[in-house]
Amino acid sequence: MEINALYYLIPSLIMFACGVYGFITRRNMIAMLISLELMLNSVDMNFVVFNRFLFPGQMEGMFFTLFAIAIAAAETALAIAIIVNVYRANNDIDVRDICKMKF
Amino acid sequence: MESLGSIITYVVIALAIIVFSILAVTTRKILRAATYLLFALFATAAVYFKLDYEFLGGVQIAVYAGGIVVLVVFAILLTTHPGSNSERLASRSRRLGLLAGLAALAVGAYSLITRCELLASAPAMSNPDMDTIGTALLGSGHNQYLLPFEAVSVLLLACIIGGVVVARKR
Repeated sequence: MEINALYYLIPSLIMFACGVYGFITRRNMIAMLISLELMLNSVDMNFVVFNRFLFPGQMEGMFFTLFAIAIAAAETALAIAIIVNVYRANNDIDVRDICKMKF
Repeated sequence: MESLGSIITYVVIALAIIVFSILAVTTRKILRAATYLLFALFATAAVYFKLDYEFLGGVQIAVYAGGIVVLVVFAILLTTHPGSNSERLASRSRRLGLLAGLAALAVGAYSLITRCELLASAPAMSNPDMDTIGTALLGSGHNQYLLPFEAVSVLLLACIIGGVVVARKR
C-alpha cells in the first residue's frame, strides 16, 4: 500500500465538511467559532500536503500555513473578545437573539 | 512501499481526524466540542510530523492546541453554564446543514478524483532544518518572507489592542 496525497486530502475534506455542517447548524457563537477553526485547520493541512507531495524541497506551503496559523490566532482572540462583550450586553450568545443592530 | 508502522500510524491519524471532527460538530455539550477540537488539532499536528515538517507540527501544537483551545475554553466557562446541553436541532436546520456539508464533500471529492497526478507517492524530502527556516523567514530576497513576518507582527499588535478595547469594562 502506497500512501499518496489523496490519503491525506480525504480526511482533510471530511474535516472541512464537518466544519460547514457545524457552522450552519450551531446556534451558539462559540460552537460556530469551533466549526470555523475546523475549516481553517483543514485548509492549512491541504497546503502542507500539496507542498510535500507536489513540490518537495520548497517551503511555500509550509510558510503559508505558518502565517495562516498566526492569523487564525489573532482572529480567534478578537472573536472571543467580541463574544464576551456580546454576552455582557445580552446575557446570551445565541445568534438568534442578537438582532438589536438589525435595521 | 510503505513500512507497516507507517501505515498503522497513518490509519490512526486519519481515523482520529475523521472521528474527532465529526464529534466536535455533533456533540451537544459545548465543552466537549472544545475538547474534541483539541484532539482534532493534535491529529493535524501528527500529520505535520509524519510529513517531515517538524517545526510546523511544533507551531501547530503551541499555537493552536496550546493557545486557541485555551482561549476557547476560557470563553466557554465565562459565557455558558458548564454541563448544560444545547437544545436539540430543528430538523430543518439539520437538513440544511447536512445538505451544505454533503455538497462541500461532493465538490471536493469530485475535484480530487479527477486529478490523477495526486496518486504519486511521497517523493523523498529531508526535513527543513531551523537554519533554512530562519533564513527564509527573516530574509528579504527571492522566496524569503520578511515582509509577511513583519506584517503579522503588526497584525498581532493591532489584535491585542483591539481585544483590550473591545472586551474592556465600561
